[in-house]
Amino acid sequence: MNIPKDLKYTKSHEWIRVEGNVAVVGVTDHAQHEMTDVVYVETPEIDSRIEAGKECAVVESVKAASDIYAPVSGDVVAVNEELSSAPELLNQDPYGKGWMFKVKMSDPGEVNDLLNANDYAHYIGA
Amino acid sequence: MHSPVILKRTPLYTAHLERGARMVAFGGWEMPVQYSGVFEEHSAVREQVGLFDISHMGEILVAGPNAETVLNELLGNDLGKIALGEGQYTLLCNQTGGIVDDLLAYRIEPSVFLLIVNAANIEKDFTWLNATASKPVVFDNLSDKLGALALQGPAAPRVLATAASLPRFGIARLSVCDKLCWVARTGYTGEDGFEIVCDAADASVLWSALLERGKPFGIKPCGLGARDTLRLEMCYPLHGNDITEKTTPLEAGLGAFVSFDKGDFCGRGALEQQKKEGAKRKLVAFKMTGKSPPPREHYTMMVANRKIGEVTSGTPSPTLGVGIGMGYVDAAVSQPGTNVEIEIRGKMFPAVIEKKPLLKRGQ
Repeated sequence: MNIPKDLKYTKSHEWIRVEGNVAVVGVTDHAQHEMTDVVYVETPEIDSRIEAGKECAVVESVKAASDIYAPVSGDVVAVNEELSSAPELLNQDPYGKGWMFKVKMSDPGEVNDLLNANDYAHYIGA
Repeated sequence: MHSPVILKRTPLYTAHLERGARMVAFGGWEMPVQYSGVFEEHSAVREQVGLFDISHMGEILVAGPNAETVLNELLGNDLGKIALGEGQYTLLCNQTGGIVDDLLAYRIEPSVFLLIVNAANIEKDFTWLNATASKPVVFDNLSDKLGALALQGPAAPRVLATAASLPRFGIARLSVCDKLCWVARTGYTGEDGFEIVCDAADASVLWSALLERGKPFGIKPCGLGARDTLRLEMCYPLHGNDITEKTTPLEAGLGAFVSFDKGDFCGRGALEQQKKEGAKRKLVAFKMTGKSPPPREHYTMMVANRKIGEVTSGTPSPTLGVGIGMGYVDAAVSQPGTNVEIEIRGKMFPAVIEKKPLLKRGQ
C-alpha cells in the first residue's frame, strides 16, 4: 500500500498535501483499493465552503457511493475537472492525477489534527 | 457493520480467500464480490470465459409419480413442455400472483425434477413446497450437500468440451475433471455457458481444475459484482430486488413463463384477473442518457416532476459505458423511448426507457 511520507491523512481515508495556505485533497491508495473501480466523482463546487470532518464530495464505484469528508475547513479554490471524464484516475494515480480538489484553509492549525504517514499506516494495519 | 447473523460459507470459501477475493454478505452467505475487479471480470465473461461459485444457490429434488402434477400446480410454467434432460425457467407464485421465487426446473428422470432456487429463499421454498403439495411427493433439500459452479462466456464450450453438445437448457450427468456432476447449459450472464452442480466435497477440486483448464482461454474467477452487472445488462431479474412476493410475473414482464393453457396453478386466478385488466405497473429497463452518477436501487424515477416509480436495480454498465437499471413504473409511462429522470442525491438526471434486454446482441 502506497502511503507517501510528505502527506497528512484522515481516519476516513482522505489525504492532503499542504502548499502554503492551500491544501490539495484526494483519497488514499488504501481507499481507492477498497472502493475498487471508480465510475463517477462528484467534487465540491468551486468557492463553496467546506468544514473539517463534514461530507463534501462523493466517489461512486461499481457497487457503492462513498462520502468524502473534508480534512480541513476552508473555501474550495480548484477542483480536478479531469475526473469528470476520467474517474478511473482516482484508481490509477490517487496521489497524483487523481487529486480531487484544493481548499484555501481557514484554520491551517487543523492540519495538526491529521495523521502522519506512519500513524495512518498503523491505523489501516498496513 | 456488526451483524448477529452467522453467514454461511460455501465449500469454496478458502479457495476464494487464497485467490484474494473480497468477501461480502449476500442472501445469508459470505460470498466473493470480486477478485481482480468487477470490470475486468465482466469483460472476461463477455469476451472469453469466467468461473463463478454459485454454491450458495439451493438444489431441491422433487421425486415420485406425482411430481409433475404437484409441481405444475405450484409453478407458473408448464413442466409438460420439457422432456427428459431438459429444463425451463419458471416462477413459484403465491395466491395473489406474487413471486415467491424464480427458479430453474430440470427433468432429470421421467418423474424426478431438480429445482435450482435462490440462496436467500431455500428454506422458504422448501417449506412452501411441502406445505402446499396436493399429493404425496418426495421433496429433498440437497442444498448443503451440493456445490455449484457457473462457467460462463463464449469460450465456455471449449473449456468444457464434454458438454459442448448440450442444447440450451439441456441437462446431463457428466464427468467433469473426473467428478460426476449435473451439467446444464444455462446461466445468468447472457453468454453461452454451463452451470455445474457437484458434490460439495468435489467443489474445490473442480474449481481449481476448471480455472487451470480455462487458462489458455483467458479464464478469470468472477464474483457476485460481475454477476450482477452481467445479469442487469441482460435485464434478468434478481429476486428480492426486481421481483418479490409483492410483484407479479405480468408486472415484471415474465408472462412468457406463466402458462395459462395448462391446468390450475397457485396464483392463476389473480394472474388471469390482472391479465384481463392489464398490469398497472411494469418493470422497465432504462439507461442514463448523459453523464451521471450510477443509478442504484430505491432511487426515485420521475416524469415531468411526478414520481412514476422506483429503481429496483442499478449499476454502471461495463459494456455500454453508461448507468443502467430497472424499476417499476406506472404502465402509462412504461413505453420504450419514454424520457424519464432519476433523482440522485436531490438532483435530476435524464434517462430513457429501453426495450429489454439493454445489451442488444449482434450489433
